[in-house]
Amino acid sequence: MASVRINGEDVTIGDETVSSYLSSHGYDLSRTAVLLNGKVVPRSSIGSARIEDGDVLEVVSFVGGG
Amino acid sequence: MSDDLVIGKKRFKSRFILGSGKFSLEMTDKVIRNGGVEIATLAVRRVNKGGQENVLDYMPEGVTLLPNTSGARNAEEALTIAQLARELGCGDMIKIEIVRDTRYLLPDNAETIKAVKLLSDDGFTALPYMMPDLTAARDMASAGAAAIMPLGAPIGSNRGLLTRDFIRMMVEEIDLPIIVDAGIGRPSQACEAMEMGCGAVMANTAIATASDVPAMATAFRMAIEAGRLAYLSGPGRVLEDRGEASSPLTGFLGERDGVQGADGRLRLHAAHGEHRY
Repeated sequence: MASVRINGEDVTIGDETVSSYLSSHGYDLSRTAVLLNGKVVPRSSIGSARIEDGDVLEVVSFVGGG
Repeated sequence: MSDDLVIGKKRFKSRFILGSGKFSLEMTDKVIRNGGVEIATLAVRRVNKGGQENVLDYMPEGVTLLPNTSGARNAEEALTIAQLARELGCGDMIKIEIVRDTRYLLPDNAETIKAVKLLSDDGFTALPYMMPDLTAARDMASAGAAAIMPLGAPIGSNRGLLTRDFIRMMVEEIDLPIIVDAGIGRPSQACEAMEMGCGAVMANTAIATASDVPAMATAFRMAIEAGRLAYLSGPGRVLEDRGEASSPLTGFLGERDGVQGADGRLRLHAAHGEHRY
């Protein structure tokens, strides 16, 4: 189990990669980008990047804006 | 005659850049079509899990996305947001927006110059939003900017082209498209910016806060096209201290014959030989 912070919320998750977490929580992978501990996770490595205890994730998407 | 707006390696027919904020998603498509818009800005924000509508689903095919770095307070944060936008699949054009002031939302030129360099080095086509300052604009151009985006007035204020004189200096001195971004509230102001020789106008709030949003998008398209055509047509000269007749100067009522002097002024011969202008 890993205690992590995702979009400002503290949660406990199992053994997950970034993509397995996003898929199992209803995010649209094609419309989502991830910041893991302040570093951008390239699309090519979301399947291999593991989420570990203490990690901080930001999951973002495009919204309307000027 | 081709009159394309060239930003980096891309060419555009439309000179109306739309900010996509504050609209209902359903309105986006109509506004873009009415405005003839080819470039639309977007922001990057946290997304919550599951089933949210995405603004990309409402963008018509062929629109070039211009993500902004809103939320960034320094150059490093701007780079991070730009890299996230790239992972979201937008291409490489980025509007750099670095704001530390929370009341007027004014951009930080010094950090923006740094960000232009950082992003250009990372392969982005950088369009910096900035306070219209000629020296800062030159530094941004040297740092690799593809266009410069000075504000006309504070973001979202609809106050118009308050900075016109400083934008004019940039149009004359900077060899990049000058795109007025922020503050434009009326089509007439967009038209004025284009008449001055600006490369494009960006608008968002002016349209989003109109009573008839799609019709205002049409009005902005027409104003921007009119202003561009006027600029290309070379606006006529201004006489500060006199008028000049637009009708032919030959008289036909006999009493007074008009004679145009060497200085171009009309001298009227009065009946009793007095000379007066």
